[in-house]
Amino acid sequence: MREGSLKLRPYLDEVGVMIGLEIHVQLNKLNTKIFCGCPLDYHDDEPNTHTCPVCLGLPGSLPVINRKSVEYSIKVGLALNCTIEEHTQFYRKNYYYPDLPKGFQITQYDYPIASNGYINIEGEDGEIRIRINRAHMEEDPGRLVHEGGSIERSKHTLIDYNRSGVALLEIVTEPDIRSPKEARRFLDKLRNILGYLDVVDTTLEGSMRVDANISLSGGSRSEVKNISSHKGAERALLFEIVRQKNLLRRGGKVVQETRHFDEARGVTVSLRTKEEAHDYRYFPEADLGPIKVADWAPGIKATLPELPDARRERFVSLYGITDDHAKSLTSEKQVADFYEEVVIKCSNYYKPDESIDDYIQLDIAHFAAVWIADELKGQLNFRNLNIDSFKVKDMVSLIKLIHENKITEQSGKEVIRTILDDGGSPDEVVAAKGLLKAGGDIVTTAVKEVIAENPQAVEDYRSGKQEAVNFLMGQVMKKTRGRAGAKEVREMIIQRI
Amino acid sequence: MITTKDVEHIGWLARLKIEEEQLEGYAGQMNSVLDYFGQLDEVDTEGVEPTYHVLEMNNVFRDDEVTDCLTQDEAIGNAPRTQDGYFKAPRII
Repeated sequence: MREGSLKLRPYLDEVGVMIGLEIHVQLNKLNTKIFCGCPLDYHDDEPNTHTCPVCLGLPGSLPVINRKSVEYSIKVGLALNCTIEEHTQFYRKNYYYPDLPKGFQITQYDYPIASNGYINIEGEDGEIRIRINRAHMEEDPGRLVHEGGSIERSKHTLIDYNRSGVALLEIVTEPDIRSPKEARRFLDKLRNILGYLDVVDTTLEGSMRVDANISLSGGSRSEVKNISSHKGAERALLFEIVRQKNLLRRGGKVVQETRHFDEARGVTVSLRTKEEAHDYRYFPEADLGPIKVADWAPGIKATLPELPDARRERFVSLYGITDDHAKSLTSEKQVADFYEEVVIKCSNYYKPDESIDDYIQLDIAHFAAVWIADELKGQLNFRNLNIDSFKVKDMVSLIKLIHENKITEQSGKEVIRTILDDGGSPDEVVAAKGLLKAGGDIVTTAVKEVIAENPQAVEDYRSGKQEAVNFLMGQVMKKTRGRAGAKEVREMIIQRI
Repeated sequence: MITTKDVEHIGWLARLKIEEEQLEGYAGQMNSVLDYFGQLDEVDTEGVEPTYHVLEMNNVFRDDEVTDCLTQDEAIGNAPRTQDGYFKAPRII
């Protein structure tokens, strides 16, 4: 439903949409939880098999913070251009809900680990900056299973504390986002950055969970919870905008409330209004001492990888490829690594003795960008596969085959599809399917035959109908089963008629 | 000043049911506790660094190393109600 947010854009501006996001990022590349040594590999395991007295909140247990979770948080903070605070500490956020067995969540409050950062994203008219208010550490609550499906209808709640106590970093933006589409772009960008940092496996379910605050000019804001995908975020926000707009138009008022996104139905439902809002009674968590780790920041900063924006700029200047290609190639680290490896290997093959300065062959770099960004990525997306499904060495051989004119571009595309579907190497696929370009004789014969068999089309071309040549080309391709180069065939036909 | 309404609210937050006739009593007790703490306001704290923790101890960490977990039976053994290895609770929104 309601795809195509572009259509809504004019009136989104008019109604003054302000969106702020809170993203809960699971630091799931750690081995253990934030305050205890329970392992994180609980996905698909039996409920309540990854717990201990600390994460079950049993009396007398004592939390001790995972050093690496602090390092990872600093890493993310720095990548989001935040300041790492001199003094940071934990609080108890008190609330009565069975997702945490203690009756409170250990989280941060007025001394978050990182604050005042930003991410740049592409807006409708050029780059825009979304400010990050802060990033703070906390423990993940347990997983609730609402018996009977939805949260509104279930009678009982079943609780699995395997997830309880996993390190979360909650990233809070300023309300700088103006449309559902921008929200989605922000989330995509954030996911890409997190992927580069290697602190989160974003493919795991629940690794990035989003709450959105949204208001229209003059109205109160509503908070939408339970958004589990970036597409879901876009849909939930679109729904909210339409709902609030309709309310205001009918002379109603938007009340400040928390709403729940029902992904299956694509709607948001009211959970509680401000009057029932939580009163968290934060107070310092005395079981954990303060943390003073700002001096770790320079060392951690030195280990940060080249991030997507910087890499994209380098790709444009070093490889001479278009900004669109560079953007497509650098959004995921694995794809960017794949591209660079292919370019180096191809360059190495064609010019093994050049000094490193002239090493990269720009034509090859461009060629590889087209084949990886446009063709391979498209085919991978279509099959919901990632870049690991295609080998660097196969891409290198494929590029050689096409670059040296041994197979047509059409055949090159077929090779990619076949490898993804049935496996094999480019050489094997080319041999098995007989894709090597037809020899000059076969093409010449086909051209002659086609001209002889289609006098009407030939006549049309001679009398000025340019498009008739396309028909003739099509006939030649048919005869050669696509193994002739389109440009050559065209030239041969025109020469002969 | 804690009112009987505040007492009711605090009770609700802690999921405690407080009887009507107890409200006044608790309000009085809470006020006297707050008054007692109010004496701290009289101390001159000009130029004193805030205390974040009673122990002068920062940066206590553990390494990211796995330790043993409880078994499922041990974990849910004390729960009043369970189902299929889960803790079972009434529906709460």
